[in-house]
Amino acid sequence: MSTIIIYTILTLSIIGVLSAIILYFVAQKFKVYEDPRIDLVEAALPGANCGGCGYAGCRAFADACVGKGELADLFCPVGGNETMSGVAGILGIEAIKKDPRVAVVRCNGTCEHRPKTNIFDGAMSCAVAASLYAGDTGCQYGCLGCGDCVTACDFDAIHMNPVTGLPEVDDEKCVACGACVKACPKTLIELRKKGPKDRKIFVSCRNMDKGGVARKSCSVACIGCSKCEKECKYDAITIANNLAYIDSDKCKLCRKCVSVCPTNAIIELNFPPRKITVSDETTAAPAKPVAKTTEQPTAEAKAESSEN
Amino acid sequence: MLKSFQIGGVHPAENKLSAQKAIEVLPLPKTVFIPVGQHIGAPAESIVQKGDQVKVGQLIAKSSGFVSANIHSSVSGKVTKVETGPDTSGYPKKGVYIDVEDDVWDEKIDRSPELNAEITLDATAILAKIQDAGIVGLGGATFPTHVKLVPPKGMKADVLLINGVECEPYLTSDHRMMLEHTEELIVGVQLLMKALNVNRAAIGIENNKRDAISKIIKTAYRHTNISVVPLKVKYPQGGEKQLIKAVTGREIASGALPISVGAVVTNIATTFAVYEAVQKNKPLFERVVTVTGKSLANPSNFKVRIGTSIGELINAAGGLPENCGKIINGGPMMGKAVTNTEIPVTKGTSGIVMMPETEAKRGETMPCIRCSRCVSVCPMGLEPFLLMTVSEKQIWDRAEYERVMDCIECGSCSYTCPANRPLLDYIRLGKGKVGALIRTRKN
Repeated sequence: MSTIIIYTILTLSIIGVLSAIILYFVAQKFKVYEDPRIDLVEAALPGANCGGCGYAGCRAFADACVGKGELADLFCPVGGNETMSGVAGILGIEAIKKDPRVAVVRCNGTCEHRPKTNIFDGAMSCAVAASLYAGDTGCQYGCLGCGDCVTACDFDAIHMNPVTGLPEVDDEKCVACGACVKACPKTLIELRKKGPKDRKIFVSCRNMDKGGVARKSCSVACIGCSKCEKECKYDAITIANNLAYIDSDKCKLCRKCVSVCPTNAIIELNFPPRKITVSDETTAAPAKPVAKTTEQPTAEAKAESSEN
Repeated sequence: MLKSFQIGGVHPAENKLSAQKAIEVLPLPKTVFIPVGQHIGAPAESIVQKGDQVKVGQLIAKSSGFVSANIHSSVSGKVTKVETGPDTSGYPKKGVYIDVEDDVWDEKIDRSPELNAEITLDATAILAKIQDAGIVGLGGATFPTHVKLVPPKGMKADVLLINGVECEPYLTSDHRMMLEHTEELIVGVQLLMKALNVNRAAIGIENNKRDAISKIIKTAYRHTNISVVPLKVKYPQGGEKQLIKAVTGREIASGALPISVGAVVTNIATTFAVYEAVQKNKPLFERVVTVTGKSLANPSNFKVRIGTSIGELINAAGGLPENCGKIINGGPMMGKAVTNTEIPVTKGTSGIVMMPETEAKRGETMPCIRCSRCVSVCPMGLEPFLLMTVSEKQIWDRAEYERVMDCIECGSCSYTCPANRPLLDYIRLGKGKVGALIRTRKN
């Protein structure tokens, strides 16, 4: 009886040892070397897997960082400079600093500014609506309001405002991954440089029609009059296709263009309210030379834009 | 038993309100807007300028490629501007505005009403005339006819099918054409047969147009090579592939053209336009449009000059009904709702349908209950519920694998869905994306 047990134990042990030896050699033969730094880099990344860097996920991005050996075209918009300097530390190379960005919706066509001309009762998707027709207002460039950008956002940073029917970005939550930019069929959303205290100035319009046509469909459309272009001292504003564009990298947030815009298409956000008097004006926008020609309508424009 | 296609299909209420109304000629409008892109393919290039005087039938925009078509003036008068104008899509499209003065026709056009049944030209000359006249498929797809009539190398047509199905509810323009221009149509069929070099033609007509069937049989009895095939009433029998299957029993492979089974299909209105172009030298500048709707005072069939705004048609038919919730350019199944009545009648406008508000509104979308009705009605044998889901989730390779490109956008799935799901909306989106992907892959 005891011999059977002994034989069994012996046989199984021999098989086990033999298998272990075979497995050892096989493992040596087919060994895949993976840079241990990939794991370290991955651990340093936010782990959002949002795809904002252009890679399939954080692991793929980490792989690319280690594989390329430099960080020239690689940037994690979610983690920002902090994360990237961490990654650079692991790899022993220099990080490339980028200004933090934030998504901005460039359409101010609320029901009031841009009256509806028809009712869309198809599938609630901007992509579907855009593939069918120009939209439920007179403006073929404006927001369709079906909320594809809201669905695309993984960070709960963009929401539809039920009053205006337009999406609004929560600057605190936005990580500039660019998912909404890709989702918008009208290319309304842009990633712009994050100003101090989330201040921003942008042309809230994408209408490339001639002035009269644009104005007819929307009261706050950019008519391409180039007043702002002339006013800007920093060459930040360019006019193309009857549409002004403010380069956020060149803009010094002086707010001069806002006051000259005849249609209030240029919007300033998160600025302290303008004062009529000169002394208060200088404190309002501290860093840069400031417009002294503040007029009544500007204050109105400000009030309006801060509401939206 | 009557012939039909086998897979799928629906039978919406026919509502052929204007079937007994003879074709009326609409009075000339004051101005017309003639878009230069009225067909599938490259838009024509306009060859007139502001201030030019044009005559009816004069060439105003030249075909700009292989798949393109000429555009002729539909009125006489002065060109006021060459600019963008309204379009069904809502996006402005380029075209020619003409202020109407008198009604001076080009001298070459034979305006006599007599039938000219004598075919003197050979195939090449017929094709050249069809091309010059800017004829495109008038059923709605607007594919240039001269391209269709020249089979690609290595392929040969052996049968010509004439599409007299008019399976869309409400529309009656082809029906009236068959009744009122029967003899011309038969000549048109013969011309097309000669151009294609085939010796057999079949006219497929749905069995709800018995008067047209008997009239064509009576007229065509001398021509033993032209047959009339009555078909069971079923939507979308007017689809090219469905008609070929119904009449000849031949099935077209996925992604292949009808010519691969030796068939060429043209629509009734196109056949009539071919007759006029070849025998009467008349370019395509007017067409018959059904203006209809349940609450419309006077549903009618109008012969309209291209470029007339649909608003004028609606006024001529008794004005916009008060409870109108949707104006559809085309039939109610495949047509597109318009956003503006300034939109001009183009070569592809077969009807203007006004739906009452109660019928126009879509029901609330509810979750899919997997009843598979959409699968059973799809005439292409697809799975619409699946195509919708993959398009919604943007899984384009799966959509391609599931043959989204085979969808003919007939709308049977959306029509039949008990949960009111916007199936075709998403499938059309998927089709657009997959089509773009395929094109980029080829380049």
